[in-house]
Parts: sequence; structure tokens; C-alpha cells
Amino acid sequence: MKDLKIGCGKPTGSKVGASEKGKKTVDEPESIKETVMSIAKVGAMAPDFEAPAYQKGEFGQVRLSDYLGKWVVLCFYPGDFTFV
Amino acid sequence: MLSVSVDSHFVHKMWQDNELVRMVEGGVPFPMLSDSPGNIGKIYGVYDEDSGVEMRGRFIIDPDGVIQAIEILTPPVGRNVSELIRQIQAFQYVRKTNGDEAVPSGWQPGKPTLKPGPDLVGKVWEVWKVDMAFD
Repeated sequence: MKDLKIGCGKPTGSKVGASEKGKKTVDEPESIKETVMSIAKVGAMAPDFEAPAYQKGEFGQVRLSDYLGKWVVLCFYPGDFTFV
Repeated sequence: MLSVSVDSHFVHKMWQDNELVRMVEGGVPFPMLSDSPGNIGKIYGVYDEDSGVEMRGRFIIDPDGVIQAIEILTPPVGRNVSELIRQIQAFQYVRKTNGDEAVPSGWQPGKPTLKPGPDLVGKVWEVWKVDMAFD
């Protein structure tokens, strides 16, 4: 994991593996950002994102595209300390 | 393996230290991601605005970054890890054959696969039986 830059989990606005020039900048108006925002669907490139993470005693920043070349299982769940 | 919820990475640490270590020796080994505003969950179609949490969404992503499988459950029902592993094995098998072979319903490693082509049209019933859909 990369060193943590304080921030929140956010989509990068590009697909996994897309070149940096395809990356959206924060200067773009919200309306444009939303229309180009990709939605996950089977058979399509996964939308890239980065998020703060905890792993084995350390905090770090994880970006999905760092895992290109490997199989990834991405699991969402309702919350820590929930019962199921 | 990457897990994601709307909890902060600080809460992930508390959960790992106080409960998960009692379930899994040494705690879970993978990164536990924080998506506190739910922005990632929204583009993956798993964030529920009303409850402010993310559904049990599971995405298998291949080495090229392509999503090969999606499963989304509401909170009260847990997943089947054996089925997850079976699907990964099936997608890895198909990838290794460059798509020349396909795996039919109920396939497990070692079971017969199908080779799509003109000879197989209308003949699947000869090589695949309904009971093969079950373990």
C-alpha cells in the first residue's frame, strides 16, 4: 500500500488501465463529471478508484489499477461489526 | 481480495483487532478499504441512499481490469465462498484456453468443458446432462 494521503474513497473517473490523460481533473464542472463517470457492468473495464485502507497494522492508500495483472475480488459489505 | 465498506479505516482497525482476529488467525490479510462517502459504491451500483450503507456486492475482475462476474445481495444474507472460488477457477480456465472452451452450468475443475463451434450446435444435449448442473 502507498503512504496515506488524507482523503476519502473516490473514483478516479477513469477505467482501470486507462492512460493518465483520460483522467478527469477536479476543475471540470460537476455535470460533465457525472456524464463521463463510468458505471460498473459485467464484460466492461472496472471503474478505477482509490481509497484509504487498513491492512495488517498499517494505514495506506489503495488504487484498483495497482492490481492490473492480477485477479481481484472486490467485496462490498454493509458495515464493520454487523452480524452476517 | 479487497473489501470495502463505508466505515473509516480506523474502524476497520478496531474491527480487525477486536473481532476478526478471533475468527481468522492473525486477522484478515487483505486491505480493508474505506469508502466513507459511498462514492465508490455508487459507481459500482451497491450504495443504498436510504440506509447509507453498501449492499453485499462482489465483483470478479480479471488481470486486464475487466469485470467478469457480479453478485449483489441485500444485507441479511451472507455469500457462498465456495461458489466464488468455483467462478474464479472457471474464468481462469476459460482465459487459459483463450476462449476456445466454455464451461457449462455446474462445472467444477476436472469436469468436462464445451468447445463451441459448428459441430456442437444442437448437440449439447449429447454431451451435457441436466444432473451435471448439480454437484
